[in-house]
Amino acid sequence: MAEYTLKVRRYQPESGEGPYWEEFKVDLDPSLSVLDGILQAKDRDDGSLSVRCSCRAAICGSCGMKVNGSSTLACKTQIGHAQEQASKFANATQSGARTGAEDTAIVVEPMGNMPVIKDLITDMESTHWEKVRRVTPWLLPAGEPPEREYVVEPESMIDITQSMACIQCGACVSACLSMEADPDFIGPAALAKAYRFVGDPRDAETEERLHDLAHDPHGIYDCTHCFSCIDACPKGVAPMDQIMRLRRRAGEQGIEDPHNGHNHEAAFVKIIEKKGTLDEALLQQESYAPGVKGKLKPSKAAIEGLGKSLPTVLRAIRSGKARSLRKLIPGVHPKLPGGAQDEVKAIYKHAEEHREEFNIYIQGEEDLEPEPDEEEATA
Amino acid sequence: MKVAYWPGCVSRGFTTELHGSMELIAERMGIELVTLDRANCCGAGVIAEHNQELADTLNARTFALAQQTGLGMMNICSTCQGAQSECQQRLDADSAYRAHINEALAGQGLEYVKGKDGFANKNFLWLLVEDYGLDKLSELVTRPLSGLRVGPFYGCYVVRPKDRLGYEEHPERDLYLEKVIEALGGEVVEYDGARKCCGFPIITMNRETSLRQAGTHVGDALDAGADCLVTPCPLCHLNLDMQQPEAAKVVNRDLDLAVLHLPQLVGLALGFEPKQLGMSRHIASTDWVRERLEAGAPA
Repeated sequence: MAEYTLKVRRYQPESGEGPYWEEFKVDLDPSLSVLDGILQAKDRDDGSLSVRCSCRAAICGSCGMKVNGSSTLACKTQIGHAQEQASKFANATQSGARTGAEDTAIVVEPMGNMPVIKDLITDMESTHWEKVRRVTPWLLPAGEPPEREYVVEPESMIDITQSMACIQCGACVSACLSMEADPDFIGPAALAKAYRFVGDPRDAETEERLHDLAHDPHGIYDCTHCFSCIDACPKGVAPMDQIMRLRRRAGEQGIEDPHNGHNHEAAFVKIIEKKGTLDEALLQQESYAPGVKGKLKPSKAAIEGLGKSLPTVLRAIRSGKARSLRKLIPGVHPKLPGGAQDEVKAIYKHAEEHREEFNIYIQGEEDLEPEPDEEEATA
Repeated sequence: MKVAYWPGCVSRGFTTELHGSMELIAERMGIELVTLDRANCCGAGVIAEHNQELADTLNARTFALAQQTGLGMMNICSTCQGAQSECQQRLDADSAYRAHINEALAGQGLEYVKGKDGFANKNFLWLLVEDYGLDKLSELVTRPLSGLRVGPFYGCYVVRPKDRLGYEEHPERDLYLEKVIEALGGEVVEYDGARKCCGFPIITMNRETSLRQAGTHVGDALDAGADCLVTPCPLCHLNLDMQQPEAAKVVNRDLDLAVLHLPQLVGLALGFEPKQLGMSRHIASTDWVRERLEAGAPA
């Protein structure tokens, strides 16, 4: 048994007051969960402390919240571990503001990116469920349904098992840094769900789905690739990886979008094949106006995009940051020296032929160091 | 100390001051840089988005080139670190997959060998704390950054995901910037954005969301009293510094905060002048940093 201090962000709408912090002392084994701690405080100190929970075993997905700033399930976070994290940051700096014993409390807050209903309970309707419904989260097969069940090769479903592991807890939505800046972003949970159907061999609307998500200004190209949802997810769904799969499939289908997402990717890939390192000027041009060289038929969106980046370019020239031909003129950038560029091209040929997609979640990590007794057995 | 050095693309493009200041301080610190000039772009996650095997093979080639030198590998870009660690995790996970990737390198006389001579690829920040040592760094300080209030900005790719970036072995990697700032005599400023996203990856796709992220973090650091930010990621630098005037328009407030590359901050403490470190090339003025250092210097 050990004593912990939980510093809980509280809010009661009926009081007419704003949110406030309240500390609770709890006493429990370090291997028990933060949720156990909260329930003890509710039981012993204040029955009005509100929290949503049910299974206490990381299955139902009810107790999503922030512990020390990280979005997680309270039932899956050991209180001893949470204390270590709290102390780690509190004692990190000599000069930082967060020093002193009182600040080593475990900080518990409701999930982010969502309105708070009361204390640790958030309203997931507008920020989660509405967005999940937005991606048409059901199967859309072609033709008449079969007389009995759909029959598919088991292997063809393996790819989507990772996105199927989602328990809709909202931890990824809470952690999403894009949604913080753009509340309309469809977000990690709903997009992972979208991949669950895009990758399903029974679904007949794959292209339609991808077209829709690529064209939405708050769709697949609104993800900043920050890995926040990957760390938050208690079930290993890695929503960001599913968003990247959606982009990959959209690219494979040749789906053009008005946000330069596909152009940017295609230009990047092409430049490295030709130059080995990044020609930033060419990437800029080709992202907005692919193939402009020679054709000179830039679209309205291209002119607008390039126009908006003009002040930045002018400032960069003025400061000396971009005052050289290779930084200003697309295509002047040199390729890799002494035959190295041909090596890169050979890699492209090999990889574009195979396009293998190794997924550790599915294939697992092989244990290369055999147990001592195994070694003996093979000797 | 001698390392196989991968400078990345942006440090030789729009942020040449980063590559330049790294070379300058490396000499002073006695770190010999063996540049991997035949190596290729890490793909920055974008190539993996197109074809994962392509990104894995391109980075396997870089690792193989580094392994040929028999040295540990060092990068100066959070994004390179993250993209390369992601590929390395897959390559290390499975010998059959690794063999498949190495097939593409065989014609070039190259092979990536898991764990060869304890092979590791480390960002300069990690190398500085784990291998070089902060005590040794402190001894070299000739101009302590006294009174300089510095906000750390890590860049997503060196803080997440934890299970891929060696946090089990090095649990304090998300506190190293704070440690370095203090070792150089500076003062750490705590603010909300230190481990958040600069927004750069979507600057061409959703300009407003991207710039709102950059502008918010710069604004938060200013509100917390920062004199400057420091980052180990040149892509973050592009959004936080080069785009700062545009970000200011999106968040609708004045922003004027110098953003330093990690080697520049180290360089200042080692006695180099801001101009030598290329600080005059930044978009957000670095004059204030110079003034603070002059004011803080003992008479």
